[in-house]
Amino acid sequence: MLVNQKVAVEHGLKAEEYEKICKLLKRTPNITELGIFSAMWNEHCSYKSSRLHLKKMPTKGKKVIQGPGENAGVIDIEDGDAIVFKIESHNHPSFIEPYQGAATGVGGIMRDVFTMGARPIANLNSIHFGSPQHKKTKNLLRGVVHGIGGYGNCMGVPTIAGQTSFDSSYNGNILVNAMTLGLVKKNKIFYSKAAGLNKPVIYVGSKTGRDGIHGASMASASFDEKIEEKKPTVQVGDPFTEKLLLEACLELMSGDSIIAIQDMGAAGLTSSSIEMASKGNLGIEINLNKVPCRELKMTPYEIMLSESQERMLIVLENGKEELAKKIFDKWNLDFAIIGKTTNTKNIELFFDNKQVANIPVNTLVENSPMYDRKWKKAKLPKKNKLKKEVFTKLKIKNVLQKILSNQNICSKEWIWQQYDHTVMGDTIQKPGGDSGVVRVHGTDKAVAASVDSSAVYCWAHPLTGGKQVVAESWRNLISVGATPTAITNCLNFGSPENEDNMGEFVECVEGISEASEYLDFPVVSGNVSFYNQTKEVGIKPTPSIGGVGLIKNYKKMITMDLKEINNLILVIGKTEGHIDQSLFARTILDEKNGPPPEVNLFNEKNNGESLLSLIEKDYIKSAHDISLGGLLTAISKMCIKGNKGIKFRKLKNLLNKFEYFFAEDQGRYLIEINLKDLVNVKKILDKNSVFHEELGVIIEKEMIIDEKTKLTIDELRSYNTNWLENYMDS
Amino acid sequence: MKSSVITFPGSNCDRDMDVALKKFGFNNKMVWHNDSELPKSDLIVLPGGFSYGDYLRCGSMASKSKIMQSVINFAKSGGLVMGVCNGFQILVEAGLVPGVLLRNKYLQFICKNVFVKLENKENSYFKNLDKNILEFHIAHNEGNYFCTNDQLKEIEDNNQIALYYCDNEGQINENFNPNGSIKNIAGIFNKNKNVLGMMPHPERMIDQSLSGEDGSLFFKNLINNIR
Repeated sequence: MLVNQKVAVEHGLKAEEYEKICKLLKRTPNITELGIFSAMWNEHCSYKSSRLHLKKMPTKGKKVIQGPGENAGVIDIEDGDAIVFKIESHNHPSFIEPYQGAATGVGGIMRDVFTMGARPIANLNSIHFGSPQHKKTKNLLRGVVHGIGGYGNCMGVPTIAGQTSFDSSYNGNILVNAMTLGLVKKNKIFYSKAAGLNKPVIYVGSKTGRDGIHGASMASASFDEKIEEKKPTVQVGDPFTEKLLLEACLELMSGDSIIAIQDMGAAGLTSSSIEMASKGNLGIEINLNKVPCRELKMTPYEIMLSESQERMLIVLENGKEELAKKIFDKWNLDFAIIGKTTNTKNIELFFDNKQVANIPVNTLVENSPMYDRKWKKAKLPKKNKLKKEVFTKLKIKNVLQKILSNQNICSKEWIWQQYDHTVMGDTIQKPGGDSGVVRVHGTDKAVAASVDSSAVYCWAHPLTGGKQVVAESWRNLISVGATPTAITNCLNFGSPENEDNMGEFVECVEGISEASEYLDFPVVSGNVSFYNQTKEVGIKPTPSIGGVGLIKNYKKMITMDLKEINNLILVIGKTEGHIDQSLFARTILDEKNGPPPEVNLFNEKNNGESLLSLIEKDYIKSAHDISLGGLLTAISKMCIKGNKGIKFRKLKNLLNKFEYFFAEDQGRYLIEINLKDLVNVKKILDKNSVFHEELGVIIEKEMIIDEKTKLTIDELRSYNTNWLENYMDS
Repeated sequence: MKSSVITFPGSNCDRDMDVALKKFGFNNKMVWHNDSELPKSDLIVLPGGFSYGDYLRCGSMASKSKIMQSVINFAKSGGLVMGVCNGFQILVEAGLVPGVLLRNKYLQFICKNVFVKLENKENSYFKNLDKNILEFHIAHNEGNYFCTNDQLKEIEDNNQIALYYCDNEGQINENFNPNGSIKNIAGIFNKNKNVLGMMPHPERMIDQSLSGEDGSLFFKNLINNIR
């Protein structure tokens, strides 16, 4: 096939990018080479629009063993143990084919983690759908949940936490972000940097088929009405093979045969071989006839661009081939020596004894395009001045009912009951809490993880929104008694070629960076997903933050269920009555303008660290952070989970009660303490200048807000639990 | 007491079962599906998971594994064989216990705590247990037990129903049936009661920090019964 500018543009390259390729090669590429360039230079693989801004993120810290740039980030959790983790998007394929799209998203992220030598110990996900009324939403949700469960359950890795939201901005572009944590010994971490000449390059795992060709390019473009035609670009997952691949890889990794290992994810054999060569500053030579194929007559172009799942590329030590082959034979997996490392610094491909591609590796990686896209700075919206009259018609009970049954607040049990969250026998906090928690097998330690996003705040003011998401992740970890250690992020945005969308990206990144720097909560891995957009309409900016924290003694873990009658509930952090952009404003007042709540990082840090010290001293019986839906929503959830009630004290502040109950001011928690500890707790909080107030006392199954406003816990539960199941059955 | 847990390709509760058995005093060995001989054992366990990816039918390919002939012989000679979840499915496919396991009634994987009622304590698994109602944990997609009317009559006549899904007070009815199983059946014996297949995972209930501790009761009692 003749290659020219038109063909290049059909591959998703810009005309000027094609010219750059010809210049770098000093000739016209052949079709296989063009395919390779298009795979490496698309947004998904090259980060060409985001690289410039991602550099601002703080990625170092005393607990960071490996920051961004590897298959996943790695943090130190002491005693020679480390946690490998990352979050990644699979948005575009999940919209086209929800089951396979979501399933392979989960499979891909687990592969990223075990590629580094870690056994996956927990999965999380952040999934976002269009309006519940939209005709596609229900089927997409059902398919995505089945896909996530289908893959994770079969792998035997518990899905311990997640987040689900509905917003009409996702009508044409759903989001599926999957996160995995793995456990590894610090001295047994594997990297993707090839080293040494004439080392055998090994292909293991599934055979290569024609599925997923151009998957990464598809994920680097907006959707239009021809989206159905893109189905063949979606990969098909086989979790059974991945389970075998996991066991085989870990078995091989227990020895010292592997120099470098890289999973074949986006852009398959192309990106895996090039990344290994690039990091090692080497060349690589591959005989494509040796690649195990599941279909007949596959061309070099197809072999290089296939995104068939469950495959790995390994650079082995010389002489270890037989030993490695034996392990993969035992697990019934393909094993093929397909090439070797060279000193040419080129990627050279051979097929039927002919050279079919010869490209300097640096042209694909270092010389890939990088853009400083134009972007628009967002103004902080003006605060709404709410008139007193808007509240007079409202009744607390009705408002609470609406909020607890809102699709973004209600219980997501229908979803997480379909995920095996207890396999591996170490899940000590199940989904539905502030964070999921798993023990580090055989130790007293536990790892907490949470995934969060607040698209509405980011949309209203990206800089504040970016900060808020990091702060929320931090709070969710602290609420279970974990010391926040590091984050991974999945940055889901519209088109970077649109100045508004690009502005949202730049400022969210700035906000994330500022908060993560201040909180000493560095970013160790992540990915960017642009072009979440159909025609001209992009999604609300949705950075998902996956936070990970350590609990040194798992017996000190905190849950949110109320524990004991007569215990006191305290509010930590000041309630200022910020209603703009709250769920209350949007769903009760139908007010969509105004700024998101301000994030005061000093207070976040001070309040969070003070709470951790109270937990350390065993004062805290239960805790929950206050976020979406405000204070009354948070205490309702604690009541429901603990099947206990609360009698409120008389409110002493000047706020309107709706503002007090439903404001979404940041930096706040609810804590349960024993009356006998009140003096000591107050002393510590006062010493640290942490604002706190008493909310009420725990009683039997009733929430008594004042003489006129009483609700039973069963009422609260029915508001909160039924929405999703009824919706799916309707 | 010696036990063996068989690992099939795709088993994923084999380690959890190993941890549980060892915790309560078994000297446990892991056995690879492609071996032909079993180590000397007082108890053989087929663990949960997705052997062969649940392809074809859950448990069907694993039931033809090399090791299974030895397991079948061991069971026929009266040895204790317990299958949990996918292990139950394998037992059914191997013909060691009657019936079949269909897709859950609501066509969804289900992971949650359930209560089960014991009806028959005249066997090595439940003899001497103080409780009749246990809180166990299920996690499966195909746990909907089904058999023909003739089989059901035979099973009932022989007291082969090991566990029923119920509520916390032992009520057995459709409201507490998570998967549509006939008669709320959660576990079943062979005729001689030496082979037990059950959907619930006792190995996930062995620690107060986990979903509960009724699994501990089960394993402690089991090892005492075998002694």
